[in-house]
Amino acid sequence: MSEDTGPKICVENVSYRYSGLQALRDVSLEIPTHAITVLFGPAGGGKTTLLRLINRLNDLVDGTHMTGRIWLDGEDIYGPRVDLPTLRRRVGMVFALPLPLPGTVRENVIYGPELAGVADRAVQDEIVVRCLKQAALWDEVADRLDDSARSLSGGQQQRLCIARSLALEPDVLLLDEPTSGLDPISTAKVEATLEELKTDYTIVIVPHSIQQAARIADCAAFFLMGEMVEYRRGAEIFVNPHDQRAEDYITGRFG
Amino acid sequence: MDRHQVQRVGFILLAVVAAIVVIPILIVIGIIAVEGAGAISWEFLTAMPRDGMRAGGILPAIVGTLWLTLGTALVAIPIGVGGGIYLAEYARDNLLTRAIRLAIINLAGVPSVVYGLFGLGLFVLLFRFGTSILAGSLTLAIMTLPIIISTTEEALRAVPTEFRTVSASLGGTRWQGIRRIVLPQAMPGVITGVLLGLLRAAGETAPILFTVAAFFLPRLPQSPFDQTMALPYHLYVISTQVPAMPDEIKYGTALVLLTLVLSMNVVATLIRSTYRRRREW
Repeated sequence: MSEDTGPKICVENVSYRYSGLQALRDVSLEIPTHAITVLFGPAGGGKTTLLRLINRLNDLVDGTHMTGRIWLDGEDIYGPRVDLPTLRRRVGMVFALPLPLPGTVRENVIYGPELAGVADRAVQDEIVVRCLKQAALWDEVADRLDDSARSLSGGQQQRLCIARSLALEPDVLLLDEPTSGLDPISTAKVEATLEELKTDYTIVIVPHSIQQAARIADCAAFFLMGEMVEYRRGAEIFVNPHDQRAEDYITGRFG
Repeated sequence: MDRHQVQRVGFILLAVVAAIVVIPILIVIGIIAVEGAGAISWEFLTAMPRDGMRAGGILPAIVGTLWLTLGTALVAIPIGVGGGIYLAEYARDNLLTRAIRLAIINLAGVPSVVYGLFGLGLFVLLFRFGTSILAGSLTLAIMTLPIIISTTEEALRAVPTEFRTVSASLGGTRWQGIRRIVLPQAMPGVITGVLLGLLRAAGETAPILFTVAAFFLPRLPQSPFDQTMALPYHLYVISTQVPAMPDEIKYGTALVLLTLVLSMNVVATLIRSTYRRRREW
């Protein structure tokens, strides 16, 4: 953790239900600024749901019910005056599968800024170069900017998706198992990218393995069946978990 | 019989079924082409009819059909595509939208003559448009709407949800995602629907019978409030209402109508395949 400037995001007593399923039960946690916070635990624990609540992507789904509050820099993101596009520009998201939009590499990176009103070609080009470099992809695609984004390899596509989120210069970057479809080399590149990014960004990630969680976590929260069981700073939780269920999961007794 | 023989018999049966579907169409087109080819001439395509339509050309009917198709397109495309977008992207699943969907399905099954009578009652009489291109186009447009709406909706639904989610996650409004990502990807299906609808409109007789079509009007329409001749109705008239009509002219007229419709079909296919090559999922 580079500095301690208080929490970036406060999740306060959040419960969430969709189509009769209780996805989150009374979850509260504080996510620190400029650090990597890891949400881990077995499938169906509510990690992805919580991520999607932080930039309100779950608003796109019908038939859901949420109670509790989520604060971003002291502002209630479910408050009445929140503008969703603005919120989502501040809180970027990278999905489990690489999901390039139709179009070229360049078009993918520039999609968000363009919608935000960045029309100047030179400014756009700067953004493309900056973000592709930040996502450790520039060297591989510098001469392929006008190729279809789908012609890239899976690992490249995922880094393109990270670059695409960075193009909006968000405060927070949410990543939902961003390396689940990647080979070890690409995974290492993405993890190295995240380590660099955390000096400027607040990162919340659902890792795709406990090993990955332990490698990158500044803070870690263990989720089980919609409940947050344990939340600790540093990587302690992986060495010396307090909760028996967390210990069982981490030592591989269930998964 | 072993499995391979069974499979072969199956293939043969399917091929026969396919042939049963295709052969009659080819025969119809073939007969019309052979019998009608003799009638096709520069005069036939560009002159007014003479001698009680037994000689001269069919220009007013060709022009009339083109105007009607254009008028139908102007009304039906914005409303139909807009309706499809609404149903696929905005409408929640509630009683109202279910009723709308049910209405669309039922509208698609209404006989075309009923549309004709509806157009007569609403546009010609109530709105006082008279028998006119305007009334005929509106009637044809209403008949075409269900096709355009439902194919547009299906084409949009076929585009993966993830594109919308990604667009939203990058600060896009719902409409920005639709306009920049979803709609372009759905374009082949939308175009197919639009052209299917317009093709049907171009070839229909009953809806224009009471709303626009003139029995014999040897001049070109000057405004949307004019009556006009139209190919399908003209074909019906010369085939059933005019004694001593040379067969060649009937077949020739049918050939022109068929060519018009088929060439629109070819254009549709070309546009569609161009777009499809650019599709990315």
